[in-house]
Order: sequence, then C-alpha cells, then structure tokens
Amino acid sequence: MKNPNLALVHAIIPAGEPWTGHLRRGQTLRIVDQQGNQSADTVFYAADPQGKINPQERYSATDTLVAQRSLYLTTGSRLYSNQGRVLLTIIADTCGRHDTIGGACSCESNSVRYPRSTQHMHSCRDTFLRGLRENHPELTKRDLPPNINFFMNVPVTPDGHLSFADGVSGPGKYVEMLAETDVVVLISNCPQLNNPCNAYNPTPLEVLIWI
Amino acid sequence: MNLFTPENILYEETLPGGWNWSHHLKRGTSLRIVDSDGGACASLLLYNPKETSERYNMPDTLKAQFTARLTTGHALYSDMGRVMVSLLADTFGGHDPLGGTLDQKALEERFGTRRYQEARNAYHRSGRLALLTELAKYGLNERDLVPPVNFFARVKVLDSGEFTFHSAPSAPGSYVDLQAEMDVLVVLTATQHPLDPRPTWEPRPVQLVVWQSQVDPQQNPAFAYNEQNQRGFFNTALYHL
Repeated sequence: MKNPNLALVHAIIPAGEPWTGHLRRGQTLRIVDQQGNQSADTVFYAADPQGKINPQERYSATDTLVAQRSLYLTTGSRLYSNQGRVLLTIIADTCGRHDTIGGACSCESNSVRYPRSTQHMHSCRDTFLRGLRENHPELTKRDLPPNINFFMNVPVTPDGHLSFADGVSGPGKYVEMLAETDVVVLISNCPQLNNPCNAYNPTPLEVLIWI
Repeated sequence: MNLFTPENILYEETLPGGWNWSHHLKRGTSLRIVDSDGGACASLLLYNPKETSERYNMPDTLKAQFTARLTTGHALYSDMGRVMVSLLADTFGGHDPLGGTLDQKALEERFGTRRYQEARNAYHRSGRLALLTELAKYGLNERDLVPPVNFFARVKVLDSGEFTFHSAPSAPGSYVDLQAEMDVLVVLTATQHPLDPRPTWEPRPVQLVVWQSQVDPQQNPAFAYNEQNQRGFFNTALYHL
C-alpha cells in the first residue's frame, strides 16, 4: 500500500475543474473516485523531461484498443500513443473497468443528446480547453483526441449496441498507472448533470503521484 | 430526392489499394464508396473545410446513436454537434469506428518492408502513412488525425469486451452512400484493417462515385433515426442560416 503522506503530488480536483501535471517516466499516478460514480475524463500527451508537450504524440484510444483487442481498460492495459508507443501501463484498478470510446461531453454534444436547454451547461471540453489554455497554451481544440473516462462504463453488445451503464465505481475506488515515458496528464473532473455518469451529483477526484 | 442513375453521377474513379484520396464534397451531393473486389477497408475522415478544427468525432457519433457499428440511417457527427454526412444506403451492414488504422512500423513488423525502389507503386503504405500524406496537402498533420470510420470492416465486441474481426470479407460490389449535409473535406485511404487476419498486406481498391443525391432531411433515414439526430440536423441547419 502506497503511503499518501509520501506522495510527491497530492491534489483534489473539484468537479468542473481541470488538472494538469507532469508525470515523469517511472512515476506512478493514482486517480481516486472519492465519493463514487465520478467520471475522470483524461488525456495524456508525450512530453520531454522538462514537461514540454510534443503535440504530435498523444494518447490514442484506437491504438490502445487494437493492441489489447478489447474494449475495456483495466489492470494490465497498456495505454498507447498515436505513434505506437506505450505511454503508461495500468498497474492497479479497484474499479475493474474504464471507458475510452465515450469521449468527453461538450456544450455542442449536449445540444444533440439532450434538449437544447442543456447547451449552456458546463462541460468537459470547456474544462479541457481551459486546462490547456492556462497551462499549455500552445495546444488547442485539435489536440483533444478521444479521451479515457476513468470510472465510467460504456458497454457494447455483440450486435453493436452501445449504452451508458453506470454503477461500476464506488467511494474510494482508484486506478493506478505507471508512466513508461514522460507524459503530461490533462484531467477534467466531469460536470455532466444530464446522465448517470456522475450519478447526477458531480463530486471531487483525488490525484496522487509517487516517485 | 434523386436516384442513383447515370445522369446524376458527377464523377467516378477507382482508388488503388494502399492509396489516399480527398475531395470537397458539397452539401447535397453524395459519395458512394464501392468495395469493387470485396474485402476492402476504406478508412475515412471528415473536416469542415472552412474551419478544419471541426472534424468527424467518433465518440460523439456513437453516443448520439447508441451504436458502435455504423449503417443506413446513421449520421457522422462533428465535434460541434453537427451532422456532417448521413448514411443513405449500406449494402454491407455495419461499419467499424473503433479499429483505427495501422501505422507504418506495425505494418512492416507484420508484413515486411517493400520500398518504392523495388516495388514501385505497390510499395507498402500503411493506412496512417496514407492519411497523413493526404492531410498534409491541407496543412494538417498528426494533431488532426483522429480515429476514422473503417468502411467494409466489422469488429464485433464480445460481452467480455474482446474484439473479433468479421471473418467473411465484404462481398464484391458492396457499397455505402454518404450524403454531405454540409460542405465537407473527405480524406480517405483504401487500406487493410489493423485486425484483418490476412497473412499478407494486400489492400483492395475502392471505387469512388460522387453523385447528386439531394435527399431532404424529411426523406432521410438518418433524420428519422432518433430525436438526437433530429437535433443534430437542426444544428447543421443553424450553421447554414
């Protein structure tokens, strides 16, 4: 059991806010779903040892899925970049299953998925763009590929039906990953109020990094 | 609404296996992609030519329609909540949005290296290399390369999450019609799917036909599909005000 008191970084991300951090090769990142059923929308970018992002190399959902030939992310999943490199490996997972095809909510996708009145509600994409603007202003909307939704369950049936089936996560569940190379982490603590991905009550996430 | 008849055809060509193609598809016209020989995989991306940061978005497309397999009556969405193209017809039945495209290193590891020097135009060009080559003509690069739709490839997701590639290739002559609901830049490559079990790299050609379809939303199976698509078409209509 890793000791939180020895963590290099220990941060709380309130719902609706971005968090970015530089994870060095060999360091471990843990994301904790403090109160349960909270989606951690996450993108990884390849970085140099100074934490400068290479915008040409980032997490790739499709490369990751094809490499493991399976839809769900869990312990042992290797998170690939678009350049075919392993960025991180999931080394612990008390939730059991995470999504990488559901994407991030945006005001525009709200206007499709729900009545138009939901367009002007806070969304992950707005949070992502704020995180980039404030911490990595060289990156823009084109640098937001399909992300990972830690603690979210988006099953697909053999006949191709996709659904949002929440309820796999719970208070205190966490996922831990080892950086195989230097990466910058961008997290949006999802503010979505229109579907069960946050149990209609977005709550804080906790992030820890160990050397 | 027009039928697919010779007088409505504006242009057609055959794209050899391994090669890349792009076209500004105008609102109201359709692109018919034909798997002329069977067993093709056409990996396709869409951009708004006036603002290329707006592009086909896999998750938003799947979420709006609760599907991981695209067929007649589905729409391909941009990240701006707009229907970019609608699938008017599909004789294959369920195309793959999840498998991405093979990169050059993986291709050469699996199938060996064939350089232009020896193989001339049959040299090994991965789907990723082909798409990046075409994107570069518009000033676009890796940052703009998102998961494509792989037409004529079917990936089945078992209850365990495991992917299986549809063993029977699509039949010769299978086709899909994509109608542009707004002007779009189409970028595609005739490639071989990353999960295709064939032991050799032999991407098949596709026939590309641009035709005047002019199907109104009221007659469009994608508009009728669900209320989400009706809101998506509304967003596209707003764009044209």
